[in-house]
Amino acid sequence: MFWGSAALFVLVGALYALAWFRPAALARVSVGQWLVGGGLVMPSIVLVGLVGAAFVLGERLIPRPLEDPPLRVYAQAYQWDWRFGYDDDEATTSELHIPVGQPVDVVVTTEDVIHSFWVPRLAGKIDAIPGHENVLRIEADRPGAYRGVCAEFCGNGHTTMRFTLIAHAPEDYAAALAEARAEASR
Amino acid sequence: MSERHETNAIRLHRELDAIWHTPPGLQRLAAVNHTILGRRFIIAAFVFFSIGGILSMLIRAQLATPNTAFVGPEVYNQIFTMHGTVMMFLFAIPMFEGFAIYLLPKLLGARDLAFPRLTALGFYCYIFGGSILIVAMLFGVAPDSGWFMYTPLSSSTYTPGINADVWLLGITFVEISAIAAAVEITVTILKLRAPGMSLDRMPIFAWYLLVTAGMMLIGFPPLILGSILLELERAFDLPFFDPTRGGDSLLWQHLFWLFGHPEVYIIFLPAAGAVSTIIPVFARRELMGYRAIIVAIIAVAFLSFGLWVHHMFTVGIPHLALAFFSAASALVAIPTAVQIFAWLATLAHGKPRFDVPMLYIFGFLFVFVLGGLTGVMLAMVPFNWQVHDSYFVVAHLHYVLVGGFVFPMLAAAYYWLPHVTGRLTMHKISVPAFWLIFIGFNMTFFMMHLTGLRGMPRRVHTYPSGVGWDWLNLLSSIGGFILTMGFALILVDIILQFRFGKPYRRNPWSARTLEWAQPNPPPSYNFAALPLVDRRADTLDPHAIGNELAAGKGYLGFSRNGWQETLGVDMTTGRPDQTIILPNRTFLPLWTAIAIGLFVLCLLFKFYWLSLVPLGLTLVLCLAWTNVTGLKHDHGELDVGGDLSVPPHYEADGPPSWWGMVLLLACNGTLYASLIFAVFFLWLVAPGWPPAELLETGLVLPLLTAIALVGAALLSRMAVSANAEGGGALPLLLASAGAHVVSVGLLLYLINTALPEPTGHAYAATAFVTLAYTAIHSALGVVFALYGVWRIMNGFVSARRSLDLRIGRLWHDYTALTGLTGIALVLIMPLIVAIQGGGQ
Repeated sequence: MFWGSAALFVLVGALYALAWFRPAALARVSVGQWLVGGGLVMPSIVLVGLVGAAFVLGERLIPRPLEDPPLRVYAQAYQWDWRFGYDDDEATTSELHIPVGQPVDVVVTTEDVIHSFWVPRLAGKIDAIPGHENVLRIEADRPGAYRGVCAEFCGNGHTTMRFTLIAHAPEDYAAALAEARAEASR
Repeated sequence: MSERHETNAIRLHRELDAIWHTPPGLQRLAAVNHTILGRRFIIAAFVFFSIGGILSMLIRAQLATPNTAFVGPEVYNQIFTMHGTVMMFLFAIPMFEGFAIYLLPKLLGARDLAFPRLTALGFYCYIFGGSILIVAMLFGVAPDSGWFMYTPLSSSTYTPGINADVWLLGITFVEISAIAAAVEITVTILKLRAPGMSLDRMPIFAWYLLVTAGMMLIGFPPLILGSILLELERAFDLPFFDPTRGGDSLLWQHLFWLFGHPEVYIIFLPAAGAVSTIIPVFARRELMGYRAIIVAIIAVAFLSFGLWVHHMFTVGIPHLALAFFSAASALVAIPTAVQIFAWLATLAHGKPRFDVPMLYIFGFLFVFVLGGLTGVMLAMVPFNWQVHDSYFVVAHLHYVLVGGFVFPMLAAAYYWLPHVTGRLTMHKISVPAFWLIFIGFNMTFFMMHLTGLRGMPRRVHTYPSGVGWDWLNLLSSIGGFILTMGFALILVDIILQFRFGKPYRRNPWSARTLEWAQPNPPPSYNFAALPLVDRRADTLDPHAIGNELAAGKGYLGFSRNGWQETLGVDMTTGRPDQTIILPNRTFLPLWTAIAIGLFVLCLLFKFYWLSLVPLGLTLVLCLAWTNVTGLKHDHGELDVGGDLSVPPHYEADGPPSWWGMVLLLACNGTLYASLIFAVFFLWLVAPGWPPAELLETGLVLPLLTAIALVGAALLSRMAVSANAEGGGALPLLLASAGAHVVSVGLLLYLINTALPEPTGHAYAATAFVTLAYTAIHSALGVVFALYGVWRIMNGFVSARRSLDLRIGRLWHDYTALTGLTGIALVLIMPLIVAIQGGGQ
C-alpha cells in the first residue's frame, strides 16, 4: 500500500511538472483521454484490487466462530483503568494474561463512557460502548509483555489509561493466571 | 470611450450609489450589502483562525517533549476540543461562506444576493455564537469532550458543568448562519443570474457552490437534531443516549458523522471551485472537461452521504456492512481523480504562466494528493482498525483539510484580494511566506504519520519517553512554529497590499469571468447595468463588457422609485422572468440576532421560563421584517431595458422568497427524517428495549388531530384559490388558523395524558419529541395563517400579489405531511415494539 501510494504520488507529480514545464509534450493527449484514463480507469483498477484485498484480510481478522471455540477473556473499562476477567469466576486481574500461539477472544465492555481497547503490536482496536459487548480476536506469537492503551478519548484520565498484556507459554499459563488472581485478591 | 459615455457613466454611478451605498458610522451595523458582509465574514473567520492557530501552538508546545508539565489534562482537553471546534465551525465554513457571499453576485452578474437581510442575520448569529465559545474558553469553562462530543462523556453524568452546553448551544447558534447561507447561496445561484446565463454557462465556481449549499441543507440538520436531543437530555433528562433507559450512545455517533463526513466535502468543494477558477486563468486556456467536473462534483455530493460509517469502523459494526462503507469511501477517489486530471489537461493544453496564486495551487496539489492517498489507506478496514484514533489520522485529516482548504483558499486570497483592494500583490513577501507555510506544514504533519504508525494515540496530553515518539514530536512542534511564522508573514503581506499595493484599472490577471468587469474596489451596486451573457461565462471579455456596463448599456441600467433592483431569471435557461426588489439596509437583523442570543443565553444558564421572553421577541421581530416588503398595488410588466418587460417579483410565479421557503422546508424535512431515523435506530439497536410502558391513546384523538392538520392545509389552499379568483380568502385563513389551534390543543393533551413519563425510557422521549415537533409547527401554522390575514387587511395581497398566501400554503402543507407521518409513527410504534417484545 505504501509503495503503491508513493508511485501514484510520483506519477501525478511528474505529470503536473511536465504539464507546467513542457506542455507541448502532453498536448497531444485529449481532454477525454485524460479524464477517462487518469480519472476513471486508473483509480478503478487500483481501488477494486485494494478493496478486494482489504475485505479478504478483514474476513480473516474478524472473530468468526471456530470449530474449537477460542479462549474468552473479559476486558472491562472504566474511568480510568481496566479490569480483566476470565471465563469461569468473578476474580479479576489488573494485567491481562493470555497464552501464546492460540487465538483469544477479548470481550470488551465499559462501565461508564466509551473507551477503546488497543494493543498496537497484537491487533487493531475495538471500542467499548456502554450497553454493548464487542469482541476482538487477538493472538500473540511470542511470550512477553505488550503495552496497551485506551484509544478513545474518555476524559481527564485518558492519557494514563494504559495497561499491560502478558503472554505466557501455554504450559505456564494456568499457574501464571492463578498467581495473578491471588495477587489481585490480596 | 467617448466623453458623453463618460459623463453618463458618472451620472448613473451617482444615482445608483445613492440608493445602494451604506453610510458610515453606526449605520454600518445596519449594512446588508453582500460586499461589506462578505468582507466581514472573511475577516471574522480569519480572527477565529488565529485563535484556533494559537490553540494549536499550545498543543505543540505541550507535546514537544515527553512528560511536559506545561498544562494538565483539564486544560489540554479544552484546548484540543476548542482547536477542532473553532477550525471546523468558526473558521472553515464561515470562511467559504464569506468568499461565496462576496463573490457570487459578482460572478453571476447580479447586484446583490437573494436575501440581503438574511446575510446580515447570519453574520450576527455567527459572531454571537462564536463569541459565546471564546468567552467560555477565557473563563476556563470551554467544551472539553472533543469536537465530536461523544456521549456519554458529554452527557450530564460525566460532564456536569456548563462546558458541553456551551458547545451544543453555541454551535447550534452558529449553524443558523450556515443554514441561512445555504438557502441564500442556492436561491441566488438558481434565480439571480445575468440574462442568458443558462445553467450550463455558469462559471464553474457557481456550480461548486450550488452543490456545496445543497449538501449543507441536507448535511447540517442531523447535527442540529443531535445537538437538540443531547441538550434535551442534559437539561431535562430525556434519555436519548442513555443505555440504561433505552437510549444509545451510538445514535450520537451516527447523527454526528451523518453531518461530519459531508462536512469535509462541504469544506473541500468550494476550495476546489477556487482551484477550477484559478488554474484556467494562469494556464491561459478555458477550463477543460467542464461538464465532467460538474458530474464529478455531483457524484462527490451523493457519495459523501454514504461514507459516514468510516469514522466508526471500530464500534463493532458487522464486517460486511463495513465493507460496503469501505468501498463507498474508496469510490470517492474517482470523482476527485477526474478533477485532478481535468486540471492537468487544462495546464497541458494551455500556456501556463507563473504567479503567487499558482504557487499555492502547487502546494494544494502536493499536500492534497498525499492526503487523498492516506485517505484511501484509511478506507481499508483492517488498516483502519490499526491506526484509527492514532496520530496517523491526525496527519491524514490535516493533509486533506489544510491541503484541500487552506492552500486553495490562500491561492484564492491572493487571486481575489486585488479585487477587494483595487491594488496589486507585492511578490517580495508572498513567495517566502509560501515556502515557510509549505515547509512548516509538511514538517509538522508528515511526522505524525510516523508517530501514529508507532502507536501514539490521539488526544493524550502527554506521553512517556523512550517509546520512539520523542524526536518525531519535537520535529512536529518545530514545524508548527515555522508554519505560524508563515501565516504571520501573510498577514503582513495583506496589510502592506492595502497600504502600498500599486493601483490598477481593471482585470489585472486577464481573467475572463464577470467579477473582473467591475471597477475595483467594487461599487455598492456591483454593475451599473446587467450584461447579456451569450456564451460560457468563463470565456468573456471583462474589459469590453466593463466599459459598456458602466455606461448603462444592458439591463436595468437606470434607477427607478429608489428601488434596489436586480433581475431574476428562469432557473435553467437564464431567461429573465422578474425584477427583484431587494430590501434596503436595516437594524432588524442585528436586533433579531440579539434576541436569539438572549434566548441562547437563557438556555445556557438554565432560565428556561425566562427564555420564553426572548423567544417571543424573536418571533415579533421576524414578523417586523415583512413591514418593508411587498407592494400595495399591482405594477404589471415593468420595463427592464433591452426591449424586455417583466413583473416585479411580488407578482411573479417563483420569486426568491418562495424558493427560499421550499429549501428551508427541505432542510427542516431532513431534520425530521433524522428524527425518524433516530426512533427506528433506538428500537433496533439500543439495549433496554422493549420499554415497560407504552403509549395508550386510542384512535379517536390522533385521528382528530390528523383531521385538524389536513383541514388547516386544505383551508389555506382554498384561500389561495379564492384569492386568485378575486377575494374571499380572509375567512378561509381564519378557519385555517382555527384548525391549527385545535390541533395544537389536541397534541398538548395527548402529550400530557397519553404519553408515559418521557424521562423514563427513550421510547417515550422520542414519542414526546415527535409530537412536540408537530405541535410547534402547528402553532407556527397559526402565525402563518394570521400573517396572511394581516397582509390582506393591509392591502399587500391581490390576485396578482399572492406571494404571502402561497408561502403560508407551503408551511401548512409541510405541517400536515410531517404531522401525519408523526402521528402514524406514534400509533404504530407500540404495535411493532409489542411484536418485538413477543419475539424475544
